[in-house]
Amino acid sequence: MSVVEANPVVRKTALNAVHRQMGAKMVEFNGWDMPVEYPASIGCGIVAEHMAVRTGVGIFDVSHMGDIRLAGREALAAVQHISMNDASRLAIGQAQYSALLYPQGTFVDDVIVHRLGEDEYLLVINAGTREKDFNWVRDNVRHNTRPFDCKVEHLSDDFTQIAIQGPKGVDLLQKLTDANLSTVKFYWVTRGTVCGLKNILMGRTGYTAEDGFEIYIPADEATSARVWRQVLEAGKEFGVVPCGLGARNTLRLEGCLSLYGHEISDTINVWEAGLDRFCKMEKADFIGRAALEGAKAVGVKKTLVGLEMVDRGIARDGYKVLDDGGREIGYVTSGSPAPFLKKNIALAYVPPGQAAVGTAVKVEIRGQGVKAQVVPTPFYKRPKKA
Amino acid sequence: MSYPSDRKYTKEHEWITADGTIGITHHAQDSLGDIVFVELPKVGAEITAGKTFGTVESVKAVSDLYAPVSGTVTATNEALATAPEQVNKDAHGAWMVKINLKNPAELNALLSAADYEKFVSEEAGH
Repeated sequence: MSVVEANPVVRKTALNAVHRQMGAKMVEFNGWDMPVEYPASIGCGIVAEHMAVRTGVGIFDVSHMGDIRLAGREALAAVQHISMNDASRLAIGQAQYSALLYPQGTFVDDVIVHRLGEDEYLLVINAGTREKDFNWVRDNVRHNTRPFDCKVEHLSDDFTQIAIQGPKGVDLLQKLTDANLSTVKFYWVTRGTVCGLKNILMGRTGYTAEDGFEIYIPADEATSARVWRQVLEAGKEFGVVPCGLGARNTLRLEGCLSLYGHEISDTINVWEAGLDRFCKMEKADFIGRAALEGAKAVGVKKTLVGLEMVDRGIARDGYKVLDDGGREIGYVTSGSPAPFLKKNIALAYVPPGQAAVGTAVKVEIRGQGVKAQVVPTPFYKRPKKA
Repeated sequence: MSYPSDRKYTKEHEWITADGTIGITHHAQDSLGDIVFVELPKVGAEITAGKTFGTVESVKAVSDLYAPVSGTVTATNEALATAPEQVNKDAHGAWMVKINLKNPAELNALLSAADYEKFVSEEAGH
């Protein structure tokens, strides 16, 4: 018999009690007690939640995500130094996908950089890397050859972050705010009154490969619960459902969005992960740049590809990828049934020579090589609005 | 949820009838969530009490099926290959395999419906 030790540091978001009241199945994720899915009795479950986001709207408690604010005269220079995308291209109110890198060109974390003001930036970071990221940002802003004139604040516990995702997500949020959301483009932010709360940050961002917003409200339990319920109430006409981390994972996988610890990590570099377009080598020096230049010259040994199972079987995280002859060539980083595409898909690292679309491979499932093939990515791309 | 008293149960959440029909419980399907894949042994295969005889996968997780008793597989529910969601809809109807029991006395060691229900509620109470 195994002894299960209670983890004393499992953290809870301000909506924890609400999730439990709604009957959510809770799991520990990166040190957080989070809903993985809501019950079938209220029309939920991973598949139903996933489909709601693809066809209507779903809402997620993503308060476990972290937030770091950089503000001051040299905030831009600091952001440029610690992240790989070019933040100098951001207008006030604009956001970009980026990453914090180690000197060897591997990932501290991936982040969304928001420019909130002339000299003010907000980095939204992953739950499991909150402390590591904050320490990394603070130390590198402070211990540059000359410290940047820039304040670094850890605001992770200040916000309840709710993601309202899906083709009806904008219509839903528009019912609850005075801000004109139709003028906010993808990866831009605005501020406005939401559910009576003034000056609320709303970003047209997400992790579902769907349109939608993420809103940042005060983290007290009563306010968080009130807004959560009001969003669900306002969304009834659009068939809104609450969604857990299970659907969040399948949605991001269909859209080929990286997950820290899977597609990206401290041992995988930018070129391997295929995130070249978010890494601006032509901007001024940044941490990791020199190593990436060297790595580019040498070439990558592994590269991220999309796989689709050809024969019956589901690839899962960590499963081996074999060549057609059965020799081990790589591994699955994320694998799952894709509820919208109705296929079994996976992201995997394989050698560049075996990465071409159409390459026949196998995934080792319980000792058996099951046929799969390399397919174009992303698996899912949302239809353009007419 | 009340569990049918016409069968026995295991702590690994399988059920088995006296004539050797095996499935997973309502509680098991509820814990797993949307079931998308069921892998079963071939007819003629020997299964051994307490050992795995197949796999059931939900969107999120892979779980082994454990044999409640030993025996020889005489039939498998082939409908589950194309409609695994039947297990979510009706776990106590959507059987997985039928076996010839090697030793029917092994059934006596399994849980009654009332005992299983108690076991599940205690497990949930953690």
